[in-house]
Amino acid sequence: MIQVQGISKTFYIAKRDKCVIEALKHLVKREYAAVKALDNVSFNIKQGEIVGYIGPNGAGKSTTIKIISGILVPDQGTCNILGYTPWKDRKEYVKHIGVVFGQRTQLWWDVPVIDSYELLKDIYKIPTNTYQNNLELLTNTLELKELLYKPVRQLSLGERMRCEIGASLLHDPKILFLDEPTIGLDAVSKKAVRNFIKTINQEKQVTVILTTHDMRDIEELVNRIILIGKGKILLDGSLNEVKLKFGGEKTILITYSNQHKPFDFPVERINGNQLRLLIDTNKQSLPQIIDMVSEYVQIEDIDINHLPIEDIIVKLYKEYQL
Amino acid sequence: MRSYLALFQMRFIRGLQYRTAALAGIFTQFFWGFMHIMIFEAFYTSSSATQPINFHQLVNMLWLQQAFLAFIMLWFRDNEIINQIIKGDIAIELLRPIKLYEFWYSRLLAQRSSSAMLRFLPILIVAFLLPYPYNFVLPQDIISFLLFIVTLCLGVLIVVALSMLIYISMFYTLSGTGSILIFGVIGEFLAGLIIPIPLMPEALQRIVYLLPFRYTTDLPFRIYVGSIPRREALISICIQVIWLIILYIIGKLWMSKALKRLVIQGG
Repeated sequence: MIQVQGISKTFYIAKRDKCVIEALKHLVKREYAAVKALDNVSFNIKQGEIVGYIGPNGAGKSTTIKIISGILVPDQGTCNILGYTPWKDRKEYVKHIGVVFGQRTQLWWDVPVIDSYELLKDIYKIPTNTYQNNLELLTNTLELKELLYKPVRQLSLGERMRCEIGASLLHDPKILFLDEPTIGLDAVSKKAVRNFIKTINQEKQVTVILTTHDMRDIEELVNRIILIGKGKILLDGSLNEVKLKFGGEKTILITYSNQHKPFDFPVERINGNQLRLLIDTNKQSLPQIIDMVSEYVQIEDIDINHLPIEDIIVKLYKEYQL
Repeated sequence: MRSYLALFQMRFIRGLQYRTAALAGIFTQFFWGFMHIMIFEAFYTSSSATQPINFHQLVNMLWLQQAFLAFIMLWFRDNEIINQIIKGDIAIELLRPIKLYEFWYSRLLAQRSSSAMLRFLPILIVAFLLPYPYNFVLPQDIISFLLFIVTLCLGVLIVVALSMLIYISMFYTLSGTGSILIFGVIGEFLAGLIIPIPLMPEALQRIVYLLPFRYTTDLPFRIYVGSIPRREALISICIQVIWLIILYIIGKLWMSKALKRLVIQGG
């Protein structure tokens, strides 16, 4: 459905001057520094997938989204999405996609939300029936009812984001690009947005590509992640694979009574009668550990925790030296 | 086509909501109108030579200028479009199945027409009630009036096509002020808004007639006051149409070039 092959994009940035003489020199001749934003990026995405596109700031996430949504022209590479080349067939192609940029608004700033929706209906030539149905569905699931008649400038960030997501789905897109959709939202709004993304993915088979820095988004929504850093794709796999590879560490919290003998294995912390261990399950299995500990103490209670996904990602970034 | 009309309609209705701005504008335009009239009155009374256009005709042109200011001025700026270019929100426009040139064109046209719609009648009515020779009068006959309407409509289409070039140039300059200032100053001089074209030296007139700027407003206003013969008026309508096509083609080509090398500003 989405095939991206060898995309590269370089930006040229005029060099800033450190001293006056250089600044004067550059008045005559400008020097440019080439910044490689994307370097030979390829991936395929199937219909109905939710893909998390992650990477540190400046890795090339937004540039990729802009290229595959047809608004930037890459220097090299080919791309076939729904049978279109996005930047060549822009006008036809964008009818089939929806895009939300968390930091930009696609609604008209000074008119009520519903007016923007009506205009989008005309722009996308949405049949009245489809429009009514979608509007009703979106109003119910995103709780837009009270927001529709307010001008966009009077909405809070969370309210606006719900309206934005609504706007991007009015025309039944087959693919939805979300560039940091939960940025700046409170916990409740985040949850609403995530639930909604899940719903439309399941019910309408919308393919979703999501960039985010919020790892909860990734954990709750995504079944596959693509990691990009310094313009290159570093990793492409399921979240579970990543967890297995980088998230093998677990913390175990054991509450005990009756210590038989002193501990002679590495312990992270003892707090009263609580013992905290950090183990790597790739090296030692859990039953082994528990067997071992029960030789020392009588175990009352055990708490096992995964490494939080945030820490996994930090490890991932470190591993690839990002 | 429908989407461009819908946008036009939305912006037009929105434009009509700014009544206080219009009222303030009307007062400003009266002030300017009187100031221009006084300057030219001083000029006419101090010179004994016969001028190519008489004072009362000139007064009428000045009132028309003030009444249809929104159709004339090249420095009319749409900050939303400027921000889209400079801050990168143009990304959103490009994600829609529309032609950007036509989309912006309808938007700008709506803005100018709604603004003119609110202002021109009050100004002309008050000017109509002033004593001679400061008053505004009806045209000589119905045909001049019709020619005036046709050329005025074509004129505003040309103004919008010209201002599209200003906005496209911002893809390169990334500055709203610079592009508008340069275009505004040069364009308005060449449109005869600073010195009326009949009063310009002949050499300058020849240059001005070769450029599109005077076809925006100088032409319709002079048809109204009867300073352009009917035959010439008809030829000028053809020239207006030709200029409109040329400006449209230049704008379209330039825009598609600009979009190819577009950099979306800011993340």
